[in-house]
Amino acid sequence: MPPTNSDESRNLAFQQAIDADRTVEPRDWMPERYRSTMIRQIAQHAHSEIIGMQPEGNWITRAPSLRRKAILLAKVQDEAGHGLYLYAAAETLGVGRGELTELLITGRQKYSSIFNYPTQTWADVGAIGWLVDGAAITNQLALTKTSYGPYARAMVRICREESFHQRQGFELLSELSRGTVAQHEMAQDAVNRWWWPALMMFGPPDTESPNTAQSMAWKIKRVSNDELRQRFVDMTVPQAQALALDLPDPQLRWNEARGHYDFGPIDWEEFRQVVGGHGACNAQRIAVRRAADEDGAWVREAARAWEVRQNSRTSAA
Amino acid sequence: MTAGVAGLSVVDLREVALGFGDDCLVLSHRLAEWTTHAPELEEEMALANLALDLLGQARSLLTLAGEADGRDEDQLAYWRDDRDFRNLLLVEQPNGDFAVTMTRQLLFSTFQELLYRWMVTGTEPRLAAIAAKGVMEARYHVEHARLWVQRLGGGTEESHRRMCRALDLLWPYTEELFEPTESWSRAADQGAVPPLSSIEEPWRHSIESLLVDSGLEIPGFPAWQSGGRLGRHSEHLGHLLAEMQHLHRSHPNASW
Repeated sequence: MPPTNSDESRNLAFQQAIDADRTVEPRDWMPERYRSTMIRQIAQHAHSEIIGMQPEGNWITRAPSLRRKAILLAKVQDEAGHGLYLYAAAETLGVGRGELTELLITGRQKYSSIFNYPTQTWADVGAIGWLVDGAAITNQLALTKTSYGPYARAMVRICREESFHQRQGFELLSELSRGTVAQHEMAQDAVNRWWWPALMMFGPPDTESPNTAQSMAWKIKRVSNDELRQRFVDMTVPQAQALALDLPDPQLRWNEARGHYDFGPIDWEEFRQVVGGHGACNAQRIAVRRAADEDGAWVREAARAWEVRQNSRTSAA
Repeated sequence: MTAGVAGLSVVDLREVALGFGDDCLVLSHRLAEWTTHAPELEEEMALANLALDLLGQARSLLTLAGEADGRDEDQLAYWRDDRDFRNLLLVEQPNGDFAVTMTRQLLFSTFQELLYRWMVTGTEPRLAAIAAKGVMEARYHVEHARLWVQRLGGGTEESHRRMCRALDLLWPYTEELFEPTESWSRAADQGAVPPLSSIEEPWRHSIESLLVDSGLEIPGFPAWQSGGRLGRHSEHLGHLLAEMQHLHRSHPNASW
């Protein structure tokens, strides 16, 4: 259908509202592309929370102290809560959780590629908390001012809990780094493996990021990938020093003129491979999610059948 | 050797707290195994809640149990072998499907709530304090399990069939709930814990009425499995402990 005058004027009014920093609310008119971009982004974020439970959940039953076990279990539970909360935000745009789950397990929607790396040791739990949650917070703090109201508000709440998780990850690594030689090595090895994937979490460089311009205009995205990545590096280097752990980048150094840390080139080929489905755990993550969905189908069906029976009993009474 | 006003010996207090603490620890582990496998996200949250509550209770109880000989919660959780665990056989049984997990929860939490409710006014103040906190949590666990047993029992043909199978599978482990060890009997004489015979009837009544409401029934065969409280376990516990303990034991003297 060719655009009509009224489409054009509504688009204009929409952009003016965005420019005036008004948030978009579920009942407001919005361009279809804004809606679909928003759905894709919120769904991807929700999926990331749910898939992200797997690498850390991998260590709950093996946690080396009861205190750490409780902290980890609570953290993974928080992630399920974030997932639920975000799926609810996506629902305000007219798409249900079941439908989005189907898109995830059939590979038509993505989740953060970071979760396609395996958690081989206990220190990986700390590295995820410190680096992956640290990167996520950097990203999400910017999103607290995103133009879609329900998403922005979800981010405020999620950021609060993520900051807590990040401190717990830092504290876990700190204990390891200052522990036995074997524990220190375990921590260093984990940081070596997670540092570069964490930097990739901000997405491709601005010069190669296809969605950035429109997303910036709509204020879905408020800060560019490269700028967020730089913020993260600047924040993290002093923390690594405090942990007495090295970051695996020989080119990492303070640049007085820029007022930022310089860092070495990112292996974007690795990023493309993992996004393209060839990471160590892509197939496994989806298989687990699919199995949970399929194995749970009879339970959900029973709950629905029971509900229907209860309702008909109530209305008959 | 006696401790405090209750006149309960240190050994008996330790045995009682260990039995209870191990129940909580082992069942918490089983529930945590559900992480990322739950039938829906709401249930993912609920199962983690149950696991966290039980882990918290386990930590308090193991801390209490270790006081006598200066062992902390981690020394007790990570450095005892299968033969030294005192939990009921029921709680170490594998998760099976969701019907098995919820049936196990119903059978155990109903028992635990009755015990805690009694112990709140028992003569051992530290056990009473743990019970006072635990009773609220156990109440929620019972309600959660009852709701699911109802839904599954009265849901679809398949869920009903799975519920019947779960009851058949787990019923043999129920007799053990009410078999007191010698330590338990002495603790009951001191008024620290209830005589187990006194809670068997309310437990049975609570389970039976729910099952009838849900179109299910108590299996017609007798329960016969026991030995957990004396350290005689099923093959399952050894595997559970191997997983739980291996990292901690790989780094003796490390702190985490």
